[in-house]
Amino acid sequence: MISLYLQDCTYFTRKEILRLFYRYRDLAPQLVPLDYTNHPDVKLPYELIGSMPELKDNPFRQRIAEVFSEDGEGNMTLDDFLDMFSVLSEMAPRDLKAYYAFKIYDFNNDDFICKSDLEKTLNKLTRNELTEDEVRMVCEKVIDEADLDNDGRLSLEDFQHMIVRAPEFLR
Amino acid sequence: MEALKEQVEEKKKVIATLRNQPWRMKRRLVVLKEAQEFVERFEGALGKGRGRKLYAFKVMMAKKLIKFKRDFENFKTACIPWERKIKDVESHFGSSVASYFIFLRWMYGLNLVLFGLMFGLVMLPEILMGLPYGSIPRKTVPREEQPTAMDYSVLFEFGGYCKYSFLFYGYYDHERTIGLLQFRLPLSYLLVGVGIFGYSLMVVIRTMARNANEGGDGAEEGDFTFSWKMFTSWDYLIGNPETADNKYASITTSFKESIVDEQENQKDENIHLRRFLRVLANFMIISCLGGSGYLIYFVVKRSQEFAKSENANLSWFEKNEVEFVMSLLGLVCPPLFETIAELEDYHPRIALKWQLGRIFALFLGNLYTFLFALFDEVNAKLESEKSIKNSTEWIYNQYHANYSSFFNTTDVPPPAVHPADVIRGPCWETNIIGLFEFVKLIVSDIQVTYLTILIGDFVRAVTVRFLNYCWCWDLEAGFPSYGEFDISGNVLGLIFNQGMIWMGAFYAPGLVGLNVLRLLTSMYYQCWAVMCCNVPHERVFKASRSNNFYMGLLLLVLFLSLLPVVYTIMTLSPSFDCGPFSGQEKMYDVVMETIEQDLPAFIGNIFTYATNPGLIMPAVLLMVLALYYLNALSKGYQQANLDLKRKMQMARDEEKNRRNNKDSTNQVMKDLEDLLPNKSLAPPPIEEEPPPGTHTHTPAYSSTAHAISQFTPDYPQCLLFALHLSFQML
Repeated sequence: MISLYLQDCTYFTRKEILRLFYRYRDLAPQLVPLDYTNHPDVKLPYELIGSMPELKDNPFRQRIAEVFSEDGEGNMTLDDFLDMFSVLSEMAPRDLKAYYAFKIYDFNNDDFICKSDLEKTLNKLTRNELTEDEVRMVCEKVIDEADLDNDGRLSLEDFQHMIVRAPEFLR
Repeated sequence: MEALKEQVEEKKKVIATLRNQPWRMKRRLVVLKEAQEFVERFEGALGKGRGRKLYAFKVMMAKKLIKFKRDFENFKTACIPWERKIKDVESHFGSSVASYFIFLRWMYGLNLVLFGLMFGLVMLPEILMGLPYGSIPRKTVPREEQPTAMDYSVLFEFGGYCKYSFLFYGYYDHERTIGLLQFRLPLSYLLVGVGIFGYSLMVVIRTMARNANEGGDGAEEGDFTFSWKMFTSWDYLIGNPETADNKYASITTSFKESIVDEQENQKDENIHLRRFLRVLANFMIISCLGGSGYLIYFVVKRSQEFAKSENANLSWFEKNEVEFVMSLLGLVCPPLFETIAELEDYHPRIALKWQLGRIFALFLGNLYTFLFALFDEVNAKLESEKSIKNSTEWIYNQYHANYSSFFNTTDVPPPAVHPADVIRGPCWETNIIGLFEFVKLIVSDIQVTYLTILIGDFVRAVTVRFLNYCWCWDLEAGFPSYGEFDISGNVLGLIFNQGMIWMGAFYAPGLVGLNVLRLLTSMYYQCWAVMCCNVPHERVFKASRSNNFYMGLLLLVLFLSLLPVVYTIMTLSPSFDCGPFSGQEKMYDVVMETIEQDLPAFIGNIFTYATNPGLIMPAVLLMVLALYYLNALSKGYQQANLDLKRKMQMARDEEKNRRNNKDSTNQVMKDLEDLLPNKSLAPPPIEEEPPPGTHTHTPAYSSTAHAISQFTPDYPQCLLFALHLSFQML
């Protein structure tokens, strides 16, 4: 079945893939058929994905959905869904997670994390509790610390170089 | 054929690493199908189809192992009590306040183990297998105390039935073995008493070592503090809105803490004014400490006079004067120190350490003055004990003589006196040490703490909240406002409480149980009080990464509380009629007795040899030398660490500059380049081979050192360092 192929493409076992499939289906039983052998083209809209209990409280859920979805809007097929959970699972290696983390924090999708991206990240993390001055200071410090090629924004290499050394990244 | 095999291997590798590629699922599926078809088509031809099953099996086992490990970790974490409460406090008040609660929880664990030891090995055998209450004199309430023995007020002071129960030293019988199992109670009592100290010492040092391994003392955290905070602080596994709230609060707090740290680094200072103010502050504080020491001494002397005057009409104040004064000092001095410390203007974390140190000195002085006064009393009691012993023996001899002359036998049964009527010696262990001072002190300490929290925090918060509506100035922002959690006072209270428990545990086994209860209620009570009545500190600061400062204090207190107990065990002779060592010359004679009588002969010989001074002196010398060597070794490693870090920082800066095609910003290098126009000092690449004759465990270090000695900016240090290295290499 499809799950054999999917087992090699993700970090899940057959049982886990089936479980995820049922979770996916539970989000919208009328849209998702039980039988996937004909590769139906079914997409679930972002609102349903964002309401999953695992993602509901995450400040970055919109970005996560956007990064993993094919159309970039947050509407996910089953493949995208499995892909997302596979990368977020604990079995995925650090480099892969770093790559996707970079994409998540890059709000304007220009392959660089610039100052405005940092500000947005910080505000989402603290729910706008910090003052403007503090936000600005923190963003400056971050660029100061991590920017190796001195262009005022973080490229993928900068980000990876920094994140690989972090002790708490794997969660 | 070979080429085909290679291709198949390659396709297999692609399949194996397919998950690691950051591709879209569709692309992966396509590649996968293609690769698998290829492999299947040609694998049959090469006959290597079996490997797949084994591989799949191995993968499954690996996954099962991961899952099992994960479940076990979850279980272990779920077993830790109060984790959620502490996380709540941490996210609202910061890590420094939470560190107090973590310390409290650790103490609770320690006390639980101590209680288990004491209860299982000393109290339980005595209760189950020893003689019951009322059978021998030491276990019975004396006749004159019996009417009041059950009164609540007497019980509350731990007199009456409490005093003559298994909670105190005096209850235990000195029979060498008791019960069916021939359990050697006196030996076990002594060993457990000493074992409590040994276990505590071991646990404290082990925790300190573990904390030290996790890295330094808080101030520096690596080079990517803010970046890491921003990108890795969110926990993607959170699925609960309340936890999410807490996480948001904690992230905000953590950012604020780091901002405070940053700002401290950037502050401008007027050094001379600061120094003068600091000296002034220290002078004032030392004079305060001296004053309090003298006050305690004065009060203890007065209380001794009161005791001598035997005046039964002492007022409550005069009876409890010592405790009262000590509590008063403990209440008044810390805020005084804090106000004086504002002159000093330190970083909050450092200010906390100074505060802790000063309060520690205060309590220490108090405690030791108190102890010395206590010893005077013990000596007095020993004198009176001798006289009672003499009189008892004389009475017994009289009885013996009368009986034998009356009945004309030599086989005299023991006097048929009810145990309650027998003359008692002043059992100094129970009366003075166990009961009188320690338990009463600890109880009054507990009462004072709880009352302070109740009044200082709760009533204050309630008044501020409700009176605010009808008061002239804004109570919440202005004078009383809500209290902040007093970290230093609470931590020291905890540490000193533990010190007193350690001192008293040998003489009052029930004390450890009392402490367990106290810590339990403390945890709930203080958690509630903090969340309900306190506000976060204005400048939230991060606790030092390890709790090593608290542990260091605890270790010191442990050592200091060990001294009096060991002194009493070694020098004072036990009471003749109470406790498990009665009848012996010194308490440790029990051990000697056991060695002689119970263990085989050669072990006795071994002990005699081992206690020979000729053997002990070289052993002590060896240990001192080992200490010195290890210390030097660890210093060497620390230095190596620092140099490596510096080297990495330098390499990173050079990389940055090279990428931007800028000249080296290193001023000294620039000057050198000007002086030597042929640019022979451009940084060479790292040498591949370490020079011969270096230590094998740090080859990178020596080549690094070589490189550093070439372009380190700090010349004098570089020379010294090169010299140091060359010595090492020899």
